[in-house]
Amino acid sequence: MHIAKVLLVDDETSFLSVMGKRLGSRDLEVVTADSGQAGLDALEKDPEIDVVILDVKMPGMDGMETLHEMRKRFPLAEVVMLTGHATVDTAIDGMKHGAFDYLMKPCDIDKLIEVVREAKVKKERHQEKIIQAQMKEITSRMAG
Amino acid sequence: MHSTEDSNTARLGRQMMVMSIVVSLTPLFICTLVLFYYYHVVYTEKVVAYMKEMGERHAQSIDSYLSEKLSNIKSSALSYTEEQLQSDQFLEQRLELLQNVYRNAYNDLGLIDARGRLLAYAGPFRLGSVDYADTDWFKSAIKEPEFISDVFLGFRRIPHFIVTVRRYTDGKPWLLRATIDFAGFNAMVKEIHLGATGQAFIINRKKEFQTELRHDENIDPAMLDKIVAQKFLAGKASLMEAEAPDGRDFFYVSAPLKNGEWILVIQQERSDALHHLYTARKIAISVLVLGGAAIILTVVFLTRRMQGKFAMVKKDQEAMEKQVVETGKLAAIGELAAGIAHEINNPVAIMMESAGWVQDLMKQNDMETPETMKEITDTLKEIVLQGRRCKEITHKLLSFARRTDSRVSEVKVNELLEELVSLTAQKAKYGSVSVRTEFTPDNPVIMGSPTELQQVVLNLINNAIDAIEKTEGVVVVRSRVEGKDVVIDVADNGKGIPHADLTRIFEPFYTTKPVGKGTGLGLSICYGIINKMGGEITVESELDEGTVFHVRIPMSHQDAVR
Repeated sequence: MHIAKVLLVDDETSFLSVMGKRLGSRDLEVVTADSGQAGLDALEKDPEIDVVILDVKMPGMDGMETLHEMRKRFPLAEVVMLTGHATVDTAIDGMKHGAFDYLMKPCDIDKLIEVVREAKVKKERHQEKIIQAQMKEITSRMAG
Repeated sequence: MHSTEDSNTARLGRQMMVMSIVVSLTPLFICTLVLFYYYHVVYTEKVVAYMKEMGERHAQSIDSYLSEKLSNIKSSALSYTEEQLQSDQFLEQRLELLQNVYRNAYNDLGLIDARGRLLAYAGPFRLGSVDYADTDWFKSAIKEPEFISDVFLGFRRIPHFIVTVRRYTDGKPWLLRATIDFAGFNAMVKEIHLGATGQAFIINRKKEFQTELRHDENIDPAMLDKIVAQKFLAGKASLMEAEAPDGRDFFYVSAPLKNGEWILVIQQERSDALHHLYTARKIAISVLVLGGAAIILTVVFLTRRMQGKFAMVKKDQEAMEKQVVETGKLAAIGELAAGIAHEINNPVAIMMESAGWVQDLMKQNDMETPETMKEITDTLKEIVLQGRRCKEITHKLLSFARRTDSRVSEVKVNELLEELVSLTAQKAKYGSVSVRTEFTPDNPVIMGSPTELQQVVLNLINNAIDAIEKTEGVVVVRSRVEGKDVVIDVADNGKGIPHADLTRIFEPFYTTKPVGKGTGLGLSICYGIINKMGGEITVESELDEGTVFHVRIPMSHQDAVR
């Protein structure tokens, strides 16, 4: 049983590959994307993705834009932002716009996994509530 | 640059000096000259009027003296018969009486018949029977009821003049004659004096002196001709001005006497008559000279002091400008460093994760398997690769930071631009901006401080990248040669600069960025630096089209070898 299915979005392919390997060896299912657009495409293809680990600073469609788009189109997927030091402001901004958490790059892998776990818990609870609400609706309709 | 600035200051100082002196001296001169001129005119007029009046008054009093003398004789002649007067004793009594009443006026009295014989005489000169028939005065006197003669020597060989009154007895004329005391008359005229040099004398129409001159003076004979030639209005004096042969200027006031037969002349040296005017002139000149000197000294002193102050302010300003440039340089480096920090951050993150991955692999039991070994080797290679990337970045940064001195040296423009473009590549990448370069193949070289030029171009490139908000941002860094200048263009296709801001962007502390985001110093520093290099920096901008900055710097030469 995997801890979660994560989508790793970063413009550095070396980072993606090594990070993918490390997270993969720690019971995480990893999907990677080397740009914001690719990340959105991956989410589109794979609704199973629980958590997105998103680099803030990317050429083209940057982290903030990607975040907005993801929250709009895939509200259930939780987003964890990765930032360099200079972009903490952006990360805070991102949290205000619905990111689950942020981590400074380079980050401790265990810390990252911890955050992913929490995010996954949050997502599951959220999903559960939705299911309960749907069931309530169904039962009330049946009762009615 | 400095020497021209110094000479500018000196020129400004000289201009100020000349202007101040001209502005202050001109009114002083005009005022003094105008006032002096009017004073001169008015004063001369007054002096002339005064001298004329003096002449008229004295002529009048001499005239009245003469007519008084004549009246006295006339009263004697009318009061007594010829018979009575023929007695010397009686004449003696009359003379005594006249002399008692008028001191020093009458010398003698005489009775003369129609044929010119002296019938009776009273006075100091016992002349006996003298015949006057052939004398000029007798010839004139016998024709006139009253007569005053010119001064003549006569039989007694002493200068004198006479007054006669003609009477008739039994149809025969006779004359009562009185000799006027010449010394008294002379003294009276001599007593008329004006100032230190003024003297009076009487002259007849034949240029014969009727009174003596003061012994220390003489008269220009040419002047006498002119004086005698004048026609007078009764009782009116005239004034002439002429230079004597000895070079002195004289005023000559002449007034008619004795119905115009005699002329009273008062002569005065001009400088004496206008003594006060000359004093005034001296004062005016001294005021002018001293005042002028004072003004010039003050102006020179003040200008010097101002120049000194100016130089001091300039020095302070230069020091401050240097400081501002230094601050701007730090700001530019700071901005660069922020970009570079991120650039370094990425490889560092990869290196750390790679190392972590190797650690992960080593914790596994099947470490010795060839797959794991290969994985470890690959990861280590990756670490080396990323390390090299870091090294490159730090080298770039070092090469930039090492040259922080602002010494002037040869700068190869293309090389410098290339370096800067690679330094800003990261910033450009994250701003979704592509930086293109178009370099002239001429390889221009300028003399200047490489760091300062770097600072300028870096600033412009940073601004260009910041100006771009859309996705297809392009910044073009171009170098080209125009005549003897090299022009560096930094063009962007960003949002452009509004017209209102365009004129102000080079002003210090002018910024459109929010508070705390920019100092507003960047472009003003660029402007200062390029100006110092003897170049200029200009801008063209179109809203929503883009902006081009042109930096024009005089070229020292072109580098033939690439």
